[in-house]
This record gives sequence, C-alpha cells and structure tokens, in this order.
Amino acid sequence: MTDDSNAAPESDIETAIRENDPALITYITAGDPSLEDTKRYVEALDRGGSDLIELGLPFSEPVAEGATIQAAINRALDAGTTPEGFFELVDDLETEAPLLVMTYYNMILQYGSEPDVRPFVERAAEAGLSGIIVPDLPAEEADPLREACDDHGLDLVFIVAPTTEGERLETIMSQVSGFAYVQARLGTTGARADVSTATHESLERLSEYDVPKAVGFGVSEGDHAAEIVEAGADGVIVGSALIDIVAGSDDPAADLEAKAEELKRGAVRGAESLTVDAEDTPEPEQP
Amino acid sequence: MSTSDPEHNRERDSESTFGDYGGQYVPEALMPALQELEDAYERYVLENEDGFMDEFRERMHDFGGRPTPLQRADRLSERYDREIYLKREDLVHGGAHKLNNALGQVLLAKYMGKERIIAETGAGQHGTATAMAAAHLDMPCEIYMGRTDVNRQRPNVYRMRMNGAEVNPVEAGSGTLKEAINETFRDWATTVETTHYVIGSVVGPHPFPKLVRDFQAVIGREAREQIREKAGRLPDSVVACAGGGSNTMGTFHEFVPDCADPRFANESSGRSPRDEDVDLYAVEAGGSSLEIDAEEGLAPNSATLSTGTDGVLHGAMTKLLQSEEGQIMESHSVSAGLDYAGVGPELSYLAETGRVTPVSVDDEAALNGFHRLSRLEGIIPALESSHALGYLEESHDELGDLVVVNVSGRGDKDLETVLEETEKRDLEAAPDVEVFDG
Repeated sequence: MTDDSNAAPESDIETAIRENDPALITYITAGDPSLEDTKRYVEALDRGGSDLIELGLPFSEPVAEGATIQAAINRALDAGTTPEGFFELVDDLETEAPLLVMTYYNMILQYGSEPDVRPFVERAAEAGLSGIIVPDLPAEEADPLREACDDHGLDLVFIVAPTTEGERLETIMSQVSGFAYVQARLGTTGARADVSTATHESLERLSEYDVPKAVGFGVSEGDHAAEIVEAGADGVIVGSALIDIVAGSDDPAADLEAKAEELKRGAVRGAESLTVDAEDTPEPEQP
Repeated sequence: MSTSDPEHNRERDSESTFGDYGGQYVPEALMPALQELEDAYERYVLENEDGFMDEFRERMHDFGGRPTPLQRADRLSERYDREIYLKREDLVHGGAHKLNNALGQVLLAKYMGKERIIAETGAGQHGTATAMAAAHLDMPCEIYMGRTDVNRQRPNVYRMRMNGAEVNPVEAGSGTLKEAINETFRDWATTVETTHYVIGSVVGPHPFPKLVRDFQAVIGREAREQIREKAGRLPDSVVACAGGGSNTMGTFHEFVPDCADPRFANESSGRSPRDEDVDLYAVEAGGSSLEIDAEEGLAPNSATLSTGTDGVLHGAMTKLLQSEEGQIMESHSVSAGLDYAGVGPELSYLAETGRVTPVSVDDEAALNGFHRLSRLEGIIPALESSHALGYLEESHDELGDLVVVNVSGRGDKDLETVLEETEKRDLEAAPDVEVFDG
C-alpha cells in the first residue's frame, strides 16, 4: 500500500479523514434509548465537529464490546431496534460527516430472506452509508463482504489489534479501505483513564503504510486525543465516553456536542504540537 | 485419533470448515492466538510431538479413569426387547465426559507455554473438569458461569472452588451458557498473550471444534472396540444427547465412516467405505415446546439442529436459534448443560448431509428418562444424558436390534433441579418425591 500508483480513488471516508486530519470519529449505538433520540444525537455529534460518525446496529451477542456499549445495545434491543428501523434512521439523517455502520457479522448475513451479505450491503448503500465495520469478521473470512462492498462503493474498515503483526498485518493492510481502525489496547471497548503504550507501538508498526490510521478503544478525553494524534494517528475514535453521556446526561444532545468539540480541540492541539515540534527540530530556539 | 499417518491427518484437519459450517469469526486481536493454537494442534495432537498424546492418554488412564466400561443394560434390554449398551462416561473422574477435553486442552496450554486457564461453563460440568485438570497440572484457572446456572448448579460451583478455581458469575442476559461464553471471549481478548481459553464443547472458531472432538473421540473409539468384543458386530444405532455437541461428536466421530456414503469415509478417517451401517441419533432438548415465541425472542427449547437456521455465533458459522433479523434467542432446557442457542459446526454439517439424524425429546421425557435409568439400572444419569434415554423410550422401535447409548455424565449435580421439576409434574417413572420433604 505504500505504492500509490495503482491506488483506487479516495472514498468519502478516506477523504473525510485526510481533509480533516486530525479527524474525530464518533460512535453511538442506534436505538439507545430510541431511534428518534439517536437522530438528535447524531446531529449533535455532527455539529460538534465529528468528521465521521459510526452508528452501531445492535446485535445481542457483542463479544468485542465492554460493559458500556453492551448496556447501550441492550437498551436499543429492548426499545425494539431492528435493522430496517436502523436503515430508515439513516435514510432520514443529513449530516456533513459520512456515516458508517458498525455491527456483527450475523446481522449482515441475516438481512434478507437467505443468509447472504448482499442485501445488507445494497440497503446500506441505498441509505447513504459510506462504510461498514464488523468487529467479528477477520480478513480471512471477509471475501464475500468485501466483494459486495466493492460493488456498491462502500468501504470495509478492518481493525488492527496490538497482536496483529508480521504477515497478518501485511494481509490486513492490503485489504484496508477507508482507514485502518487501530485498536489502542487488548480487550474490549470502554473508556479508560489513560492512553495505552500499545497505541504508540501499533502506530509505529503502521507508519510505513500510506493509509489513514484512526485509534479507538479507551479514548475518552481531549487530552487522550491530543496524545494519540501526537503519536502519529490521523484520527481518534470515541464511543463509550459518548454512550456514558447518552445514558447519564440531563441534556444528552447538548453534552454530546460539547464533548465532540472538546475531543476535536484535543486532536487539533495534538497536531499543532507536532507542527511546533517539526518546526523546532531544525531551529530549536524558534518558538 | 490415529497418529500413524500424520501427513494425511494434517491435510484433512487443516480445513477450517465442515462444508459451509465452521470458520473463524472472532475479533482480530484473537486471530494470532487461533493461529498459534492451530499450530499446536497440528504438532502436538495430530503428530504427537514431544509425546504429547502419549502423556495425555497416560493421564486420562491414571487420573481420568479411562477406559470407561460399555455396559449391557439388562433391564432396559428386556424392556425394549433389544440389546441396549450404555457407554459409561459418568464413570470418568469428575462424573462426566468433560474431563477428556479439559485435561487435553489444559495439557496443551502447558505445552504451549501459556500461564493461565479460563473457561466458561453451563451446567458446571465443564468448569468442574477444567478446574480439576488445572489443579492436576498446576495452572491458575478462572471460570465464567451465568448467574442462573450458578444458582441452579451449586454443587458444581463448590467443586470448582474446592479445586482452586475462581468462579465469576455473569449477570448479563438470561445468565446461562451463551452469556458465559461472551464474557470468556472478552477476558480472552484482554489476556490472549498469556491465557488459553478452554472451550467446553465442539463449538467456537477453528481449530476448537476439531481439537475438542479429537480429545472426545476416545468415547466412540472405545465404544466401537467394546461393542465388537461384546456383541461381535457394530451397533445398528448410536444415541447421544446434543447441546453444544461435545459428547455427541466424541461418541459419533469414529462411527461416522460406518456407512456406505464415500463422503464420510474419506473425509472423516481416510478409510474406505465400510460394510456396516451405523445410524447416529443426536437427541436435543425439546424443552417445553419446539415452537418459537418470536415476539419475546424466546425458544422454549435448545433444539438447534432440529429447528435452527444458519448464522454466525461465537466464532463459527453453524445452526442457531435466532430471530429472522439475526438476534440470538434465549434458549431453554431443564438441563443447564444443553441450554445453548448454538451447536458445533461439524454437527450442523453432519445433520445437513443426513449422516446424523437430529431428534428431540421434551423436558418431561428427559425427567422420566432420568428416573427410569435410576430405578431400572442403578445409574443416576445427568439430565443431559437423560434426553438420550428419553428418546430410547419413545423411539426404540426405530433403532434396530443393537443400540449404544452414551451416558455422558452422572446426575448428582442435577438432584435439586430434578426434585423441583419432578414435584411440578406427574411423572410415570418418578418415585414419590414428596417423601423427601419429610
């Protein structure tokens, strides 16, 4: 992927990250606590400066999620969220930020009358989604979905874990479209108090690939965003910290917008300090 | 598992799927661990590197109590007017077939240099076996168990803790096996570099379904030899209960090639088609009904092979109890050990191709099976195995003259449930349980 001569034209997602570098990518679970609320929250995240928004389509067995997102998924399922309701929400949304769907493979397979990935991808494209992330679909099993996404102009985003190295890393990076979702630490999603050293190591391993890299799993504050961008990321991904607001705030829409602004400011601060460092290098005495 | 032809074994077992079923649908962080496990499986299990399988067999003999007997059940034979043999896995150390797999995997983890063992458990039988194996091999061990199952399987919770394992109750969902598996995957995703996840059945991502099957295949291998010795021929049918399917696949694996269909002869053993036809019956938990409550998202049964549809759960493409939209249903069985919305991918394949016949009996038939075997043969079977015995009662006319039934475990762990459930019903085979009150 370092050779750009044969590169496909940039997708909406790749453009959104490259043009807004450092980009803010936000996640919330659709249908938590209702699809009407999700619409307001997504619009708030868009106003707050999200450059890309991930919408979770709830699946009953979210093995890659921590307690926060699992609880959000349970609330969404209890509220009766269905794939069709999800797509109707996306039909209605008008955001500046491109939208991705994050869901588990079984949800994709079961949309339509027979287990098949195509009806889901067709409907996702029709609704205006720009990409798909599937936490339980490693590159080895992804051929059918990747082909369907290619046919409909959707990005299939892959996760790079701290354990992904060597040949596996090559394989994944050769298949990445949109951006590489860099998992900041081992384990499940969930807000953490610090930025893992695994983040730095992962970004270092990926530095030779000319693909946008966004870091998620555990990011919750503007300072984390700054540190991650300083470490070389093109974007930061925040989910559980936003779910906490959805679940606990008196005015979630206003607080989500403010949180997005804080995170975006943090990311930009990280990028600025990189610029200052770069300027500093040749002439250390310049401010 | 024969290790005489490693090249052949390697070729046929490197496939991650059984027809369309199986695969590796897991978070990326776990993929390197699965590759590492696959490598260890091929080297140690298939090729007996460093004498792994020799040590495993020796420990199963000395610690586990193998081989288990194949016993002629005299009164059942008389009752059904045919020869009924029981494979006595209830006599394995710990009281169930689960030790075959748990000891195999804990030993494998040790050979792989892992430092910690985690496992999920439904009825507690797999957790107990894993805790015993971990104590035996001096490995720290944590067990995840749904809250509902913790409450209904207390003796096993005590046994796990007595063997030094930490038991973590899982509060999510209905608090049964499905939730325990989710939670164990989460632990594994965090600790994968040092920890081995001992999956308790022939489920999960490749290579677990093959690995577990191979450790359990000792059941059928022994039974096949023993029935030849005792009856002079192979049985007309083999009957085993099926939840996730580990005792089922363990019992069936060596018999799968005993049919004229060359697909199974070649795929399963490399041996040519055999002369004798052995029918294989997987008895599932029919619960209170085979009908699904679509509105509530509930399956009042765990009859996945009989009523499930294809999908992906816990790392594999297999048959599932799921809604039309792909949400996994809460399953039900009077037996915690069968209460699972999925099933092993190889069983899905064997059922789909017609080699295995999936059947089911309801909770009541299983409870009657429990009491009947206890009364007639002096063997108190696990509620899981009681489903196989319930099927024997209902359908013995279809099973031929010579039948092997796997008694996968003993029923001590189920006594509280059996008393409670028996009190609610008027069961033909039960003693008067009210006597126990006074």
